[in-house]
Amino acid sequence: MSSYVRGLKCRECSREYPKAPLHVCEFCFGPLEVAYDYEGAGRTLTRDAVSRRPPSMWRFRELLPLDGEPTVGERVGGTPLVRAHRLEKQLHLRELWIKNDAVSFPTLSFKDRVVSVALSKAREFGMSTVACASTGNLANAVAANAAAAGLHAFVFIPHDLEQSKVLGTTVFGARVVGIRGTYDDVNRLCSEIAGKYGWGFVNVNLRPYYAEGSKSFAFELAEQLGWRLPQHVVVPMASGSLLTKIGKAFRELGALGLVDPAPVKLHGAQAAGCAPIVEAVNKGADLIKPVRRPETIAKSLAIGNPADGYYAIRAIRESGGHAAAVSDDEIVAAMRLLAQTEGIFAETAGGVTLAAALRLLEEEKLPRTESIVVSVTGNGLKTTDPLASRLDPPTLIGPSLKEFDALASKEA
Amino acid sequence: MATVRIPTPLRKLTKNQEEVAAAGHTIAEVIADLEKNYPGIKERICDDSGAVRRFVNIFVSDEDIRFLKNLDTPVKDSDEISIVPAIAGG
Repeated sequence: MSSYVRGLKCRECSREYPKAPLHVCEFCFGPLEVAYDYEGAGRTLTRDAVSRRPPSMWRFRELLPLDGEPTVGERVGGTPLVRAHRLEKQLHLRELWIKNDAVSFPTLSFKDRVVSVALSKAREFGMSTVACASTGNLANAVAANAAAAGLHAFVFIPHDLEQSKVLGTTVFGARVVGIRGTYDDVNRLCSEIAGKYGWGFVNVNLRPYYAEGSKSFAFELAEQLGWRLPQHVVVPMASGSLLTKIGKAFRELGALGLVDPAPVKLHGAQAAGCAPIVEAVNKGADLIKPVRRPETIAKSLAIGNPADGYYAIRAIRESGGHAAAVSDDEIVAAMRLLAQTEGIFAETAGGVTLAAALRLLEEEKLPRTESIVVSVTGNGLKTTDPLASRLDPPTLIGPSLKEFDALASKEA
Repeated sequence: MATVRIPTPLRKLTKNQEEVAAAGHTIAEVIADLEKNYPGIKERICDDSGAVRRFVNIFVSDEDIRFLKNLDTPVKDSDEISIVPAIAGG
């Protein structure tokens, strides 16, 4: 298949750059974005062609920024879109869907999508060492996909991450460096390391390519809805990149005639302990006031200085969407609600997203009669720490029928 | 003089030096001094109104100047100043 990537273009000043491991405009420091030849892409990307391809994110290969075939993460994507009947009933909704990347292959979060693009791209650039700054899920995805591809991986994380996210990185043989500081400190350090060492930092110098991988979440969603766009999507926000890319993906599908172009309201979710984007949206501000010390159990969303915050604010506003920030208790309650109604164990960030949806329903910013998709981007087994103190421990009895009968009669 | 770490996109202006020395008691003065020695660098860091560009972060000894006094943030000779592109991570 041929490449439809024309090059990179600055989102701010429109200066053009060749395909290279570059992420900011040399002139204005604005973010670089991949520019496509949509006419060419549209010739082969049709509903019919997509339906005959294997069930992975690469069904939408024309709109992902590789020159050749993917060489890393060929099987990533194709996660379920679940009609949430029981939750619909409980919340009096007409149409609610869960796009469930909690079961993403291979590392149980949507970060597999962005990483398979970034690492395939790193290979195209001839890089043999890849790296990332991560709040956990990305660390897992880089480590696993790099291992499977035979690439060296350096992973930089804040020192206080969940144990399961740390182990789920080191097990793959990645070199893990914990930084005494917040994620934003890690990020700044990585920007400086990337400039110096020339590695493929997936979310620094490979970021324009990496971020495009998020579009596949929305491409799949539209196909799974029967080539239809939902009226509302609720999206968790850390850097804000996923939300902006979901909006972009819907526009691309419309422009290429794969779906009827229809307005989709994008709603953003953050935890109250780190909600710089939500605060700006709700204040009507354009500028992000960074959060210096994020404090939330949703560590995967704890970015105090979000790179795409400015664009996420715009995407929410222009789509007619809203934003909500929720407390740690609301997060856990929503994780339990999703688990107990739909059998889906989302990570804390999924709790944030559903809790934000509940808040927006309550505030009548999300209409109960329209189609709503809640984005679940990671797996609850990775963030069990905050649940341990909030769930009842199992009842303990001896291996005796008498003891069980006593228990059963108490519960009857 | 304080040490200023120069990000890759600006190194063409500093003859590929990763670190340069600059004089000044505030960030604004440091930027003015950089401009004197490396003409053209100021318009890359600041917009037309003179404010630091939206996608540029400046740190004085590891602290974001937005949490200090922005361009009026005081600078000591022992300080290390980093200019870092804001677009990264997530």
